[in-house]
Amino acid sequence: MGRATRTGLFLGLVLLAILLDATVLGPLDLPGAPPSLLLLVVAAWALVTGPSSGAVAGFVAGFVADVVPPADHLIGRYALAACLVGYLAGLFRLEAKESVAAALGAVALAVALGTLVFAGSGVIFGEAAGTGGALPVAVASSVGYDLLLTPFVVPPITSLVRRLQPAVSRD
Amino acid sequence: MRDTRRTRLILALLLLTAFTLITLDYQSNGRGVFGDLRRIGLAVFGPVERLAADVVRPVRHAIDTVASFGSEHKKVQQLQQQVETLRRQLRAQPFEQHRAAELDKLIQVSSIGQYTIVPAQVIAVGRGAGFEWTATIDVGSRDGVRPEMTVINGDGLVGRVTAVSADTATVVLAIDPQFNVGVRLPNGAIGVVSGHGRAAMSLQLIDPSVRITPGTGLVTAGSVDQTPFVWGVPVGTVTAVSTPLAGEVQTGTVRPFVDFATLDLVGVVVKPPRTDPRGALLASPVPTVTVTVTATPAPVPQPSRPAAQPSPLPSPTPAPSHG
Repeated sequence: MGRATRTGLFLGLVLLAILLDATVLGPLDLPGAPPSLLLLVVAAWALVTGPSSGAVAGFVAGFVADVVPPADHLIGRYALAACLVGYLAGLFRLEAKESVAAALGAVALAVALGTLVFAGSGVIFGEAAGTGGALPVAVASSVGYDLLLTPFVVPPITSLVRRLQPAVSRD
Repeated sequence: MRDTRRTRLILALLLLTAFTLITLDYQSNGRGVFGDLRRIGLAVFGPVERLAADVVRPVRHAIDTVASFGSEHKKVQQLQQQVETLRRQLRAQPFEQHRAAELDKLIQVSSIGQYTIVPAQVIAVGRGAGFEWTATIDVGSRDGVRPEMTVINGDGLVGRVTAVSADTATVVLAIDPQFNVGVRLPNGAIGVVSGHGRAAMSLQLIDPSVRITPGTGLVTAGSVDQTPFVWGVPVGTVTAVSTPLAGEVQTGTVRPFVDFATLDLVGVVVKPPRTDPRGALLASPVPTVTVTVTATPAPVPQPSRPAAQPSPLPSPTPAPSHG
């Protein structure tokens, strides 16, 4: 798969995830904090492409999410979190190829860390002041919903990317 | 071989970049390059979200409908085509009635308070992992909306506009943890109400000699030049108060009048009233008759879309995309 095709596919997935996050999952008003399809897309992408391109992909996806509406936080916060998600999920590339459980575990770990970093950066820069005790609940619920969505989001993306890219790039 | 020096170098560079972006944005305070970036994002992505919301809305309504019909839904599927059509009409009706009622309330509020409003539809809701409560609405600078305008609905204060593109705008909701608004008590005293996400809003009085009781209704005190908050908009009811020592400022919790879980139709106040409506809106009776045309406020200055026209109301006939 050419670099251009790959980039295009990734950006398409990212925009779709942001759209669904904002127009479907956000307005559903689930108890706690809503899931983030975007982080799942980044994690799935990184599971196939490895840690360094996962980190780059995460940064790009996070930056887009920082800029488009209805985001109204400091630009860079989501980029920071998603970059870490991509890197962390990418570290488990070989295990993910071997077993589904390892892949799911890697996604869970990466997404949990990403959500925590996003929330934490909000606290540090005073954008989540006053949320107080709601913070752990929000992080836990968001990650929980993400895990429920993982089996429906991650395998399709990983298999799509693998099929388009038989020779996996070396990191 | 999975985590080479190069990989770690890339990660470090990216993290450093992200951190630099955050710091720069923090210092620029929403102006300069970062403000432009947000505006570009809104201009490019706002229309896409608008389109997506239009596509998704019937689906969402269909899900709600199926859920409410429950076991009946199976039976309905087996009925003839004609019956199906009738049922569809029946299902669409509550949504239209609900929207019409919301619009009625909005017009009622804007006419009692003498606000000139532009009606808008909420097309996207952002929760930033639960710490950021914002919404995108489908009106923008072309409809006369500017940053720092007050957003209301038929129940009271919804939030304020932060960013505007040609056709869409971003609204920070009143329950956002960063949100503060000055409020007026019935006795004329001033306080500050702050959002705390899903938790109750908090009230902090300014004057240590003033005391309040639960059940008191609060309205916005109005900002300097009526920006970002116009005066007289109902905010919420005091639900609990502290019992401070003499000479200490009293605090309390506030339940907002607006139900932020089901935001749909809102109005942007494009022109504040000349005089303070004070508590007039707190006492506003439930409308028993539909509001007449004479009660509606004057049209908006630049009506690329007339103020009286509600944003994409579904047509009275059921959309063919239903079901």
